[in-house]
Amino acid sequence: MPRTVRDVVFVDGVRTPFGKAGPKGIYHETRADDLVVKAIRELLRRNPGLDPKKIDEVAIAATTQIGDQGLTIGRTAGILAGLPQSVPGYSIDRMCAGALTAVTTVAGSVAFGAYDIAIAGGVEHMGRHPMGEGVDPNPRFVSEKLVDESALFMGMTAENLHDRYPQITKLRADEYAVRSQEKAAKAYADGKIQADLVPISVRRTNADAGETGWGLVTADEPMRPGTTLENLSGLKTPFRVHGRVTAGNAAGLNDGATASLIASEDFARENNLPVKMRLVAYSFAGVEPEVMGYGPIPATEKALAQAGLSISDIGLFEINEAFAVQVLAFLDHYGIADDDERVNQYGGAIAFGHPLASSGVRLMTQLARQFEEQPHVRYGLTTMCVGFGMGATVIWENPHFEGDK
Amino acid sequence: MSTTAELLKGAAELFPDEVVTSAHVRHLDLPSGAGRFALITLDNGFDHTKPTTFGPASLANLGLAIDQVEKEAAAGEIVGVGITGKPFVFAVGADLKGVELLKEYDHALAIGKGGHEVFKRLAGLAVPTFAYYNGAAMGGGVEVGLHCTYRTVSKALPAFSLPEVFLGLVPGWGGCTLLPNLIGADKAVSVIVENSLNQNKQLKGQQVFDLGIADALFEGADFLEQSLIWTANVLKGDVTVERPVVDRGEAWDQAVARGRFVADSKVHGAAPAAYRALDIIAAAKNGDLQQGYDAEDTALADLIMGGELRAGIYAFNLVQKRGKRPAGAPDKNLARPVTKVGVVGAGLMASQLALLFLRRLEVPVVLTDIDQERVDKGVGYVHAEIEKLLGKGRINQDKANRLKALVTGVLDKAEGFADADFVIEAVFEEIGVKQQVFAEVEAVAPAHAILATNTSSLSVSEMASKLQHPERVVGFHFFNPVAVLPLLEIVRGEQTDDASLATAFAVAKKLKKTAVLTKDAPAFVVNRILTRFMGEVQNVIDEGTPVEVAEKGVEPLGLPMSPLVLLELVGPAIGLHVSETLNRAFPDRFTVSPNLKAVVEAGKRGFYVYDSGKPELDPEVAALLKQGDTVLTEEQVRARVLDAVAQEIGLMLDEGVVAEAQDIDLCLITGAGWPFHLGGITPYLDREGVSERVNGKRFLAPGTASVPA
Repeated sequence: MPRTVRDVVFVDGVRTPFGKAGPKGIYHETRADDLVVKAIRELLRRNPGLDPKKIDEVAIAATTQIGDQGLTIGRTAGILAGLPQSVPGYSIDRMCAGALTAVTTVAGSVAFGAYDIAIAGGVEHMGRHPMGEGVDPNPRFVSEKLVDESALFMGMTAENLHDRYPQITKLRADEYAVRSQEKAAKAYADGKIQADLVPISVRRTNADAGETGWGLVTADEPMRPGTTLENLSGLKTPFRVHGRVTAGNAAGLNDGATASLIASEDFARENNLPVKMRLVAYSFAGVEPEVMGYGPIPATEKALAQAGLSISDIGLFEINEAFAVQVLAFLDHYGIADDDERVNQYGGAIAFGHPLASSGVRLMTQLARQFEEQPHVRYGLTTMCVGFGMGATVIWENPHFEGDK
Repeated sequence: MSTTAELLKGAAELFPDEVVTSAHVRHLDLPSGAGRFALITLDNGFDHTKPTTFGPASLANLGLAIDQVEKEAAAGEIVGVGITGKPFVFAVGADLKGVELLKEYDHALAIGKGGHEVFKRLAGLAVPTFAYYNGAAMGGGVEVGLHCTYRTVSKALPAFSLPEVFLGLVPGWGGCTLLPNLIGADKAVSVIVENSLNQNKQLKGQQVFDLGIADALFEGADFLEQSLIWTANVLKGDVTVERPVVDRGEAWDQAVARGRFVADSKVHGAAPAAYRALDIIAAAKNGDLQQGYDAEDTALADLIMGGELRAGIYAFNLVQKRGKRPAGAPDKNLARPVTKVGVVGAGLMASQLALLFLRRLEVPVVLTDIDQERVDKGVGYVHAEIEKLLGKGRINQDKANRLKALVTGVLDKAEGFADADFVIEAVFEEIGVKQQVFAEVEAVAPAHAILATNTSSLSVSEMASKLQHPERVVGFHFFNPVAVLPLLEIVRGEQTDDASLATAFAVAKKLKKTAVLTKDAPAFVVNRILTRFMGEVQNVIDEGTPVEVAEKGVEPLGLPMSPLVLLELVGPAIGLHVSETLNRAFPDRFTVSPNLKAVVEAGKRGFYVYDSGKPELDPEVAALLKQGDTVLTEEQVRARVLDAVAQEIGLMLDEGVVAEAQDIDLCLITGAGWPFHLGGITPYLDREGVSERVNGKRFLAPGTASVPA
């Protein structure tokens, strides 16, 4: 049977405010599944024209699929969110690129014609599920030297990346981090972030962490506006003595969830749903696990080649800031300046936080806002590095593009 | 220190064991830049299995929280104040344990005043206040929200009520006054009086919203978030709350009159709480809140110092606690699994039992009888009942298929009972018949199978006496209608062993019945007391007192129905049969009424005709009655009857029919529907001095179901 590939669009995306993992974090007493459930509900509330019965899939990513992130969270979150029982769901995992992979996977199904519309998102509660919880790496990794021992520790892989690119100094990384905080603070002040946040009620019973009782989270907890180079210069380098990676030039350990609607363009238009971005190409690539931060480069190469585009066609970049060095490696590769205004206009994960498997949709939600504001831009990309040596890139087209007119 | 604080401190000293609720104040930024907000969380620090309550120290904590937000509101630091509960629970009202301890009127008065003084400050803040009913809300929990400017309710809220009248109180922390002023007198009467007297009916979130108690309704999944977003919109003026204008005209008086009618039909004037609540609702018509609060304080104090409330709390605890942990039941670990049930007989009672076992145990149930036609009829009844449940949407098609497939009928007991773990008989009430049935069952059932009898008056030990294994016979006495009345009298025969008894209790629990252990004494508990009670009424009629005087004599008890209406429900023939059985056992106390005999022989189904819509003595029955010439007054009738009941209960306790008077009361409440305000009956007999007069002592120690000395 001949098939026609269909255009796939990003309809809408929302997220919870991100929290700091740990006993004093805002979500310490909040379940991971509740976070993603509330994101899904907000997504549906924002799009009342969408009949929930028409949703074909719920794909939810989590890196640590245990406890409240286990039990096939895509299915359980759908039921908890009040979706009809007829809507199926599944779980997905590509560590940091979980939500991004949820998007591309359902997008592939939409393009193929299997789905008309699907929910794709992710959640990571790193307070309840610390990185590495329950892992059991095969001893052959070490005995056969399949990977360097540092490959399992993301901070060490970032240090390794600094080794590979000596021109990326700690100073450059810190300067980049300061700018990320500044841009994020400005984006908040300009009201660019809040509109896509889902307020989350949070309970606190531990008085050491602050006022007890129920509260409401309406903003990202990790942000440190006003951060200066001086503040950062004195921070410890926990991954290596005299190293370069610090808590200041990397994303923290965070809790949060995201959700997006991915549909065929025809379905979105027929159902009067917004079309915020059009999918152009996506690609994943593997690199040496011990320099996983390099991953976005080959992934982007592949995606650009697929799309028949060059880097100069990309007008906006949303790069996940797991580590400043990983962003800088990407920028250096393409000859883009550290402070290029096309890159992470609203700041990035260094400021907002990076709850692993949820972050991909945050990049998309922010890119979608930027597309709307900047109709002169035709293409943008979202990219991230992934643990165990991978990169993931999605190229998007701006449906508001006015360049042809 | 303010007066309220002193008041509450004094009360807290009387109640050192209070589970104290904290009132946490946490600040948050409302969405959409609506401003800084203070949210109070009521939380006793336990999970939802121990719901949050208000004792004096808890009220004081809330008072401190309000002190804080009051200052912030006055200083313009916050734009509003909210109040909500821990997960699944808002707050379930006053801590009844504290109420039981109160022995002085002034202390009782302080409880009412203390609550008012704290709660009403929520209405007096410089900023609007919002209650978010996130979960179970009862009594004082509901009331604290009524003092707020606005309310939201969760669609997932399972239980919302003002149960005070049910227990013997009035909603006295503002409920009687504020609710009618919020939603009108008629709806308030429904919530405060009608629901309470209708077995403490609970409202769900949707109904709370539909009644107008809450201004907005949100789903459970993100109830608090949506409530706070709504709050922001209200405060910004984007949402305007409009409530229907309350009709303060004739409708108000009609509502109160309707409430009195409801109360009369349920408690017949015998318990004061509903009437006190209605008086306050009636007075609330003028909208004067403080006057209402003062009336609530007085009513609360009066009721707290009265026997009806003490009996009500006692009865509530019996049903909630003793009913769930039966006194004298053996170690539950001795119970054997029951994976198949046999029912001997396929008549109406047997079929009802089959249905009950089927629905609750969900194991194969097999009916037997003497011919195929009866067996088919029994199975047909069960199938029809399953269809009815399906039709009402109580079960789905899969469950209906499953249940129908589980029930079968056979003629051959060997085929039916060979692998049954529990066989119950419901055949004709005749000892020889029952003995034969059990002998047949024993011949075919496994050695471990429990043999249970639903006899209402025959000796369980005698029934077991001819068996090879009499230790596995237990009495399992249900009350009609089986699906409605919770009581199950579990009778231990002389030879019944602990494992069989433990299995019987385990089955009872699965059947969701209130099990009470009784000795193998004639007619066990409920039928013996009811027969003595009705027998004494019959005696005074036989001796010459007019029927209506005899009936009126016991009316002040507020029983669910008069003795002769009850006789009609039971059936005069059965009533006569039981009285004959008891007469054989205790001829000095149980008489067989010649008049009742005549009525039964005449084929009458009761004493009354209802042609006028009200019960009137059937002229044909009147013609049958042969009365003496001793005419008693209503008071004399009441004394005669109560003396007889007190004597009988005293003897039953001496005989060890049940462990304690509490079990008698539990049986009467759950098996005969005797009211909470009597506490079953022994609290009433104690407080009216009947126990002392007849037996020379009380049934219950002072302070149990009464005001402590």
